[in-house]
Amino acid sequence: MMEKQTILKNIEEQLPEAVTGTAMIRDKRYLIDIRPDALLEATRHLYEHLSYRFIIASAFESKQGFEIMYHFSDDASGSIINLHVVLPQDKPEIESLANMFAGANWIEREMREILGITFRNHPEPEKLLSDGNWAEGVYPYRKNYNKT
Amino acid sequence: MANQRIIPVGPYHPLQEEPELFKLYCEGETVKDIKWETGYNHRGIEKLSESKTFEQVFFLVERICGICSTSHPFAYANCMEEIAGVDVPDRAKYIRSIVGELERLHSHYLWVGLAGHFLGYNTVWMWAWKYREPVLDLFEIISGNRNSYAMFKIGGVRRDITADQIRLARKTMNDLKKKNDLLTGAVMDDPVIHARTKGVGVLSKEDVMDYAAVGPTARASGWEIDVRRDDPYAAYDMVEWKVITASEGDVFAKAKVRLLENYESIKIIEQCLDGLEKEPEGHTEVKVKEIPEGMGTGRAEAPRGEVFHFVKTDGSNSPVRHKIRAPSYVNIATFKKACVGQTISDATISLAAVDPCYCCTERMAFAYDWHSGKKIYDGNQLVELSKQKTQQLRNNA
Repeated sequence: MMEKQTILKNIEEQLPEAVTGTAMIRDKRYLIDIRPDALLEATRHLYEHLSYRFIIASAFESKQGFEIMYHFSDDASGSIINLHVVLPQDKPEIESLANMFAGANWIEREMREILGITFRNHPEPEKLLSDGNWAEGVYPYRKNYNKT
Repeated sequence: MANQRIIPVGPYHPLQEEPELFKLYCEGETVKDIKWETGYNHRGIEKLSESKTFEQVFFLVERICGICSTSHPFAYANCMEEIAGVDVPDRAKYIRSIVGELERLHSHYLWVGLAGHFLGYNTVWMWAWKYREPVLDLFEIISGNRNSYAMFKIGGVRRDITADQIRLARKTMNDLKKKNDLLTGAVMDDPVIHARTKGVGVLSKEDVMDYAAVGPTARASGWEIDVRRDDPYAAYDMVEWKVITASEGDVFAKAKVRLLENYESIKIIEQCLDGLEKEPEGHTEVKVKEIPEGMGTGRAEAPRGEVFHFVKTDGSNSPVRHKIRAPSYVNIATFKKACVGQTISDATISLAAVDPCYCCTERMAFAYDWHSGKKIYDGNQLVELSKQKTQQLRNNA
């Protein structure tokens, strides 16, 4: 419980406008819901001030729209902190993190290609995986993608 | 731009496990920029996983990588056990760590061997691969396979390690220590290897943090991260070992980290074998009846760095979303820092230094003249260039 107090409390206090909810999923695993427009501010706090390591981001489609989990690792405590945003189904758009750290460059391009999420101000918006491999506007990880 | 030539490394190339194309933009002998193309062999494993049952996913993720085939089942098992809220028996923890470390040993030997080959040091190559064989034999005896061991399941392991196998594993580890000394000495004390690898392909600590690199690539640049210690799983917090780091960030530092990690792996395996002898035979799993709705994150330290799995479940028998991040995904992107400013002959070993998984055996790299389109070097000639540089250093020494 001590860790919950330090990790989640710190983020709640430092980012009162950005955070819409927090939860401790289980020991050393945290979930922080944030507003999509506050992603840069929240990430800067985690990455620059708390020195958390960016692991990767996972995107998926749900009833709410498109959801992205930005997974960060606090290697000092062995914790995983998941920043969670929900983007609207009709206009999935969010700011790119690749200008803050190069580690986000590939995964954002991948998410754009497989799910059709737009990352604003991406420094290198070329295709990563699908160049010449599948048709424009086809997003194979969307639920309505026809497997046949 | 007028004098720039593009040297494509890939898409199918012995330096890389997965087909990827690296375009080296060169002026004369110097690499000025690097660009890459991936997706040649996108298998859609994350999507496939959604159509498999939780137990079937083990066999799917085991096939992501041929060299570190157990690291993905390892991370996936950690992830699913997190969702199910189960703790596996100690005997299973020891077996998991033994399998994980044997894999690290054979993977690091493979890398050292290939690095030696690219430098024109075929003795190192032959030795390393010869010493790797007993480890693979041990895998065959324990799991039935030299690769893709199918040892993991949710709640434990599929096969026990018997008393006879423990004795054999001890002997193999004992023999390996002497061979490890020989190999480590051959690499660390050789002045020509120093000349070819020191100050080559340097990544600073800031670089690896920027690219979120992991494993020996990060540790060789002084970033002390290792999931086995930072977020312990299996038996890693039940045995004594230490995280190996170096500060130089060059190819030599990466070789040093891997060679010294081999000693730590042997230490871990020996302690796990001690632990196994104290545990009752056969107690290798707990039954997991169902996977509840939820989400989980699992990670494991593969030979190349942290493997990360994220699974979202809905109470059914299959994942709703399964995200997988292999270590090479973040490590390969560091080529941009490691190769620019190097000569072409050093680019080979700089590309190989992050150990981007070797699997393909067909070389299809050619250097073309930018204007005429005429072939200048083919793949073998590129390796030949690297070997010539080593030979020159030897002659001058």
